[in-house]
Amino acid sequence: MGQITLNQITKNFGDVQVIPPLDLRIDDGEFVVFVGPSGCGKSTLLRLIAGLEDVTSGDITIDGRNATEVPPAKRGLAMVFQSYALYPHMSVRKNIAFPLRMAGLDKEAQNAKVDAAAKVLNLTDYLDRRPGQLSGGQRQRVAIGRAIVREPAAFLFDEPLSNLDAALRVNMRLEISELHQTLKTTMIYVTHDQVEAMTMADKIVVLQAGLIEQVGSPLDLYHAPRNKFVAGFIGSPKMNFLTGQYASGYDATTIGIRPEHIAVSSSEGAWSGRVGVSEHLGSDTFLYVDIDGVDEPITVRSTGEIGVRHGDNVYLTPDASKIHRFDKQDLRIP
Amino acid sequence: MATQHSRSAARIMMAPAVVLLLGWMLIPLTMTLYFSFKKFLPLRGGDLGWVGFDNYVRFVSSSAFWPSVQTTLIIVGGVLLITVMLGVLLAILLDQPLWGQGIVRILVIAPFFVMPTVSALVWKNMFMDPVNGLFAHLWKFFGAQPVEWLSDAPLFSIILIVSWQWLPFATLILLTAIQSLDSEQLEASEMDGAPPLARFGFIILPHLSRAITIVVLIQTIFLLAVFAEIFVTTQGSFGTRTLTYLIFQRVLESQNVGLGSAGGVYAIILANIVAIFLMRIVGKNLDS
Ligand SMILES: Nc1ncnc2c1ncn2[C@@H]1O[C@H](COP(=O)(O)OP(=O)(O)OP(=O)(O)O)[C@@H](O)[C@H]1O
Ligand SMILES: [Mg+2]
Repeated sequence: MGQITLNQITKNFGDVQVIPPLDLRIDDGEFVVFVGPSGCGKSTLLRLIAGLEDVTSGDITIDGRNATEVPPAKRGLAMVFQSYALYPHMSVRKNIAFPLRMAGLDKEAQNAKVDAAAKVLNLTDYLDRRPGQLSGGQRQRVAIGRAIVREPAAFLFDEPLSNLDAALRVNMRLEISELHQTLKTTMIYVTHDQVEAMTMADKIVVLQAGLIEQVGSPLDLYHAPRNKFVAGFIGSPKMNFLTGQYASGYDATTIGIRPEHIAVSSSEGAWSGRVGVSEHLGSDTFLYVDIDGVDEPITVRSTGEIGVRHGDNVYLTPDASKIHRFDKQDLRIP
Repeated sequence: MATQHSRSAARIMMAPAVVLLLGWMLIPLTMTLYFSFKKFLPLRGGDLGWVGFDNYVRFVSSSAFWPSVQTTLIIVGGVLLITVMLGVLLAILLDQPLWGQGIVRILVIAPFFVMPTVSALVWKNMFMDPVNGLFAHLWKFFGAQPVEWLSDAPLFSIILIVSWQWLPFATLILLTAIQSLDSEQLEASEMDGAPPLARFGFIILPHLSRAITIVVLIQTIFLLAVFAEIFVTTQGSFGTRTLTYLIFQRVLESQNVGLGSAGGVYAIILANIVAIFLMRIVGKNLDS
């Protein structure tokens, strides 16, 4: 079980309200990702759920029980910190066994659980080492191991992969997703990397300045962002926004079109422009095209190699069915 | 300083300091060694010639030697115990967000700047005096018979005075160590279900272990040489004669320079043993 409900919770640090009244429901077994720009309150929200910070007002319900006043240890949640927060003077075995020891389990039961967790996480050979003698990825796994053995109602991850290099990050991302498939336990995962959010989540919660901008499945957010912020935040490279004459034709204040929904041609098209930088990734090419009356260059993604150079004149044609329209309040017009 | 020229210039410029320091250290050391092999009684015949290891044997076999070693150990041990325990406590307290933190920290450090003689006098006259001392008043206020601190509990009194002086040092070092503790570790242990006492025992204390070792070693070196506090209060009576004080008595009260010097050499050896441990630990600290 791991069903968490946040009801009108707020958090103030002194006079500053970091989380305005917020409602959220997380279902049992869901993989929920909190994304948002730096400083938007993702960690704070996670720490409120964990009980490491007290809510200023509102209720937190875990599995139907009001947990607002319950101390962190009693909420049945396990957290994996960005800095791993391993205990440096204990061996890996002792680190993983620590929550069990605190729960008063006997030695044999502790060892059995630690060995089982170590096997799942490929840590069996490292059980007698200290955290200082492990690589970043191994430390991360120890931290996850320490969370698993408690058999929590939900796992909380605060940017667990941001200290790892790109290749390892992809690996660990898969391992965590795999773990979620195996355990089927609720997981709440904080990140500002939207690729992580898109690939891992069942449900993404997009936050800005403590406010929930939208909650939905990754593809919901991609296809039907509620407003301009979500549209710009989800998807990589970023959605292009155009205003003025370009938008008025579509009866909107702003229109947005994703880089992958624009066709490039050297002879004809809706908008003409001049190629700036082009990035060749092999599989894709990203072109940055300056068009008249728009400050920011338009990003275009085409598959494979295309033969354009810096300074070439090109024509762009947006896929009309994929254009998102936004009104004065930046809300998307369906 | 890469060139030959600049290197020799540096050597010449450092030379006076090095010579001064060496002289400062070596002259007393050689004189102590020199006298320790002589029978030298300034008021009773002066230099009476070489006696080999006679002084060393006599110093150790004197009836005052072992009790003085014991006293020294009790004082050093007692002060270490009090300063480390209270130091850890104070460090934890001072690490909490606190109103007027800056001022409190300065107040805590202040005793370190009071000269040992002065602080011992203040304690002796203002606190421990059986008639006018603050403690006497406190005892009388509760209807109890004032304690004659310096004669009834002489060792404890001296330990108290010396601890008061060294507590700031311990607190300061332990405070910096505590501040370097990753707060996420504490939060992680909190989530792992560790109550406050377990958090202290499993996370904070191990984190402080190195700082505590350093405090213990540095203090030991200085505490072995505690003198002013004893001189000002009990003058070595009531079983408060430490090794240092014994040496002082041999040299100045019995006017036996040779015997005192032999004791001094023992003290040097003792302090150096501690110093070697200290340097190893500090060295390890700098390596890792
Ligand atoms: N203890 C605190 N006291 C005062 N303000 C705080 C405290 N902790 C966080 N804040 C503020 O709350 C806001 C949200 O912080 P939070 O750490 O939740 O951001 P975040 O979304 O996790 O950002 P990042 O992606 O950079 O980790 C920030 O503006 C931060 O300055
Ligand atoms: Mg954060």
